[in-house]
Amino acid sequence: MANTLLVATRKGLFIIRRSMAGMWEIGSVSFLGDNVTLALADVRTGTWFAALDHGHFGVKLHRSMDSGATWEEVGVPVYPEPPEGLEEIDSMGRVVPWKLKLIWALEPGLATQPGLLWCGTIPGGLFYSEDNGLTWTLVRSLWDDPLRKQWNGGGADFPGIHSICVDPRDGNKVTVGVSSGGVWQTSDGGSTWACKADGMRAEYMPPELAYDPNIQDPHRVVQSPSNPDILWAQHHNGIFRTTNGGQQWEEIRNVPPSVFGFAVAVHPADPEIAWFVPAIKDERRVPVGGAVVVTRTRNGGHSFETLSNGLPKSHAYDLVYRHALDIDRSGSRLAFGSTTGSLWVTEDGGDHWQTVSQHLPPIYAVRFAD
Amino acid sequence: MPHVVFTGNLQRHVQCPPCEVVGHTVRECLEASFELYGGARGYVVDEHGALRAHMVVFVDGQAISDRQCLGDAVEENSEIFVMQALSGG
Repeated sequence: MANTLLVATRKGLFIIRRSMAGMWEIGSVSFLGDNVTLALADVRTGTWFAALDHGHFGVKLHRSMDSGATWEEVGVPVYPEPPEGLEEIDSMGRVVPWKLKLIWALEPGLATQPGLLWCGTIPGGLFYSEDNGLTWTLVRSLWDDPLRKQWNGGGADFPGIHSICVDPRDGNKVTVGVSSGGVWQTSDGGSTWACKADGMRAEYMPPELAYDPNIQDPHRVVQSPSNPDILWAQHHNGIFRTTNGGQQWEEIRNVPPSVFGFAVAVHPADPEIAWFVPAIKDERRVPVGGAVVVTRTRNGGHSFETLSNGLPKSHAYDLVYRHALDIDRSGSRLAFGSTTGSLWVTEDGGDHWQTVSQHLPPIYAVRFAD
Repeated sequence: MPHVVFTGNLQRHVQCPPCEVVGHTVRECLEASFELYGGARGYVVDEHGALRAHMVVFVDGQAISDRQCLGDAVEENSEIFVMQALSGG
């Protein structure tokens, strides 16, 4: 079971450790004052990664080989120069920059692929590194796909890849989730791609476009490690699940208190168990009734429990972003953090929650580290 | 020789104290300074060599006009300041 948690926040990377007494406490902070947008603990090597967005100074990536004691800056994904004379205009009339705006997804390859990392970015480029993050290469096959130019972006100005799922059976099979760009999949290590969002429904589009796979807005996609044909998606207007590797998605309706949210986690050993953190849908984006809850299904979405033991019951306005819910390899420990700096951990699958802090900076991502 | 000064806020990330360089344009002078402080490059210019959107360079008190190619002329004794752009707040 994991005893360390990386928490990426607007003002630094906080390292949370479990004490012998079972309390989760803030142990240290790296990059205090800097905007840490994402973190990753690579289970293959123990290397930690922290993505920073300095604003003025751009996006950076750092890695640590000694559990955060020291960090070194490594390379960032570099977009190529656009072809001479090309000014790419999106459907909103904006010029799409061929420049890195945000590191939005970071995942390791399989144990059989040492050094391989995948990185999803805004404005929509997928990159890979074969040297543990020192250098990066744009996946041109996806970037050059004409359908990529139809991606719209969601809350951000430009589209982005926020979810990367590497199939544990075959590292060449990778599924990515795109904000207002559907779900895309390769089976040949990134040479060719296909949009795999059939069955997803976008209620924010005109009826004739509602089932267009390429305009779907998955907020987060996760893949079951124990049955990789099952993937779960927290979508802009609902919860979806596929049981055939993305060939067809099924909508799961009527999940109280809401099917809106950003985050989803799936149990590492049981594909039928998944967790979500709901909120009032998009126009408000606060907990329903001011009460923070987690929803959990144990039966593939046929029914849900609402978990609230240890969570605030009223006047809580915490929103949980897509990378701010994580589960450890045991499946019993989960953690989630909010935009208002609250952080909770459970050690029993969500039946009881421990408040780690209510005073952290806005939390963008949480990742168990060991 | 032109004198290049980087904002103090950058020093927290990359050590790049003031330096004397050889160059006739902002591009040449910054490239020369990046030869000294390689880590500073990505903090000042983007992947295509343009000045980052929220950075500004002053040459003898004037903000440069060519943010894309950095072709503004630099005199023998020019002072070049590389700063963060502030806009309200």
